[in-house]
Amino acid sequence: MPKFVKLVLIALWLGASCMGAQGGRESRTIRVAMTPAFLHDQHALLAEWRDYLEFRLNRPVEFVQRDRYRDTMDLLQQQKVEFAWICDYPYVMLKKELRLLAVALNQGKPSYRSYLIVPARDLQTRSVHDLRGRVFAYADPYSNTGYLVPRFEIKQSGADPATFFKRTFFTWSHRKAIDAVAAGLAQGAAVDSYVWDALHKVRPDITAKTRIAWKSEEYGFPPLVAQSNVPDADFLLMQDVLMNMKNDAHGRLLLARLNLTGFIAGSPQLYDRVEEMMRLIGER
Amino acid sequence: MRLFDLSLRFKLPLWGGGLIVATALAVSTSFVVQAWDSLNQDLQQNAEDIGRTMAPSLFPVLLHDNVWGAFEIVSLPFSANPETALHESLIVLDNDRKVYVSSRPEEHPVLTELALLGPDYAALDGDLPMAADAGIFARAARGAQRIFVAVPIANDGVRLGTLIVTYNKSLLWQRFSRLLNRAFWITLLVLGVLLPITAYWGRRMMLPMRLVTERISRIGSGELEALDPALYPYKDEVGQLFLAYEAVLAKLREKAEFEKEMLKSERMAAVGRLTASIAHEINNPLGGMLNAISTLKRHGDPDPVTQKTVSLLERGLSQIRETVAALLVEAKVKSRPLGAADLEDVRILVMPAANKQGTRLSWVAALPNALPLPSTLVRQVLINLLLNAIAAAGHGGQVAVRALTSETHFVLVVENTGQPLLPEQLTRLFEPFTSFSDSGNGLGLWICYQIVTQLGGTIGAESSKKITRFTTIIPLDLQHDASTAQNLPD
Repeated sequence: MPKFVKLVLIALWLGASCMGAQGGRESRTIRVAMTPAFLHDQHALLAEWRDYLEFRLNRPVEFVQRDRYRDTMDLLQQQKVEFAWICDYPYVMLKKELRLLAVALNQGKPSYRSYLIVPARDLQTRSVHDLRGRVFAYADPYSNTGYLVPRFEIKQSGADPATFFKRTFFTWSHRKAIDAVAAGLAQGAAVDSYVWDALHKVRPDITAKTRIAWKSEEYGFPPLVAQSNVPDADFLLMQDVLMNMKNDAHGRLLLARLNLTGFIAGSPQLYDRVEEMMRLIGER
Repeated sequence: MRLFDLSLRFKLPLWGGGLIVATALAVSTSFVVQAWDSLNQDLQQNAEDIGRTMAPSLFPVLLHDNVWGAFEIVSLPFSANPETALHESLIVLDNDRKVYVSSRPEEHPVLTELALLGPDYAALDGDLPMAADAGIFARAARGAQRIFVAVPIANDGVRLGTLIVTYNKSLLWQRFSRLLNRAFWITLLVLGVLLPITAYWGRRMMLPMRLVTERISRIGSGELEALDPALYPYKDEVGQLFLAYEAVLAKLREKAEFEKEMLKSERMAAVGRLTASIAHEINNPLGGMLNAISTLKRHGDPDPVTQKTVSLLERGLSQIRETVAALLVEAKVKSRPLGAADLEDVRILVMPAANKQGTRLSWVAALPNALPLPSTLVRQVLINLLLNAIAAAGHGGQVAVRALTSETHFVLVVENTGQPLLPEQLTRLFEPFTSFSDSGNGLGLWICYQIVTQLGGTIGAESSKKITRFTTIIPLDLQHDASTAQNLPD
């Protein structure tokens, strides 16, 4: 950690303790569910981000990590967490029960794509249609880019996604789907472009074993959501903290490490295309 | 040259080295065989352990058809250090003997039939027991490149698949060759230490042998070279060889000395015979001539001139007779036995000569009773030796006489402290007319020699820087007569 960041941290901490001494610190923990929509196994980074949020919110913050989207969805529905960073697909599914908190900016835009990746030595594949009869890795059944997109593409061509591949399996995370292709276990996988790009920065040796064969259109970036019962004050505070991350040095550093440019409030319309695809494929 | 003709200097280290190499090879071989065995067993054990620990955790994963979960489990052992992992791959088969998942997914693609993976796998496919309650099955065919251990993934009598732990024998060989390599270098190190020691030891061992061999081979050419016993102070066979060589050398020297002595005696005998026959030839006419002169002097009436001439002839002939008589030593003369008084007489006789020279005479003579030896001859010998000694001792010198008797011999030793005799003088000492002084006629020692030899005894001289000693030994039993005495004594 650069020295000046440490200094800033110390200064902020001193300021916060003064504030705490004056106003008192609210003890109710804010729970945020994290999903494999991003590189959720960077535990050190997550811990640092959590500390940052605690400091900013002046509240204890707990990150609740679940591998499967479904689990996170359950946590939200059962109101066991206040906020969650989920994929666009679950968001669309639970739209009515959730409030859109913020959308991260991926390379300046609140969007991402689905990458169709194949082993690096496979130089022929141009689209998912070339992978008929192969072994294919899906990320999660509630993933847009890792499940909905490839199946949508197959369905569009008139084939049946259920029998198109010889064998399919779920890795329950985009990161592991990349691993599956890199290891040669699967001959193809559909992954979150943001995860692939982030991994490409951290572990280029793994991404080098894969090749992006096809890129989808853009979809709304996995949103941060709040369950409907979260008080407005908490909602707005959280939103404010996230959106202001880019305005302080530590926040910018964390964003850089998350491979993000910032957070915006976003709008539900960002996810209309996903909803449309879901309808077209008959899942909504 | 044949191998076995090589010098022991090389043969001994070679043989020792050969034995060491053979031992090292035998030990290494047994070690290697054991290592191979234990490595093989380790491998099988390792495979079974892996199978036993991994199969239970694969059951729920297979039950939920979680390919990725299964992959994570089977690739776990390779994630840490793929190079040193003993097993080559872990394969999960479904009940149709198709690959469910493998730790090497590229070589063993999902859903491939086991038999299609390669000849080794095809052979395994034929043997693999698929019963739900089958135990662990191991297959290590001799010709096959791989070793397989198959563990059923089963629970409560339900079998969902099979975990196959695969080893490549090349991996085994690789580990083994590492061991082999180490064993080789250790052996080499040991040989590197032991072989020079053996070589050194062999050479050291052979050095005295070689010296002895060289000396012995040179004996024929007459060189009698001594060996320094310090070269090999030990009492083993080589040490004994040294001693034996020394003994042989001593005997040879003795023999050479004896031969020399024999040669000398023969020469002396020949000279004696010649002298005696010439003396006899001269003596016979000489007697006649002297008789004739005597007759002429007694019965003739020569004028003064003739008388003078006859006298001159008589004196000349007498001188010739004396010389001849001296040459003709006759030991057969009857004489009374030797007594202490005889020796004392000689002492008195030579005393004036000694006193005149200023030579001190030490006299030790112990003759308890008369000896059966001709006193005249012994006296003559003693006088000759003593006068020589006194003359040699010179002014202020010393002369010692010792006369001893034993049961069988009479020993007479005469020593003087004069100039030592040269070696060439010593060799010709007793020959007639070899005088080393201006005064003598060279017959004194000749006479001594003749007398002693005819009495069956020996006379010898030795000379050192300080003392010149003449030793006479005469046997007391006078069985010898003159004729036998002419031959060699002893």
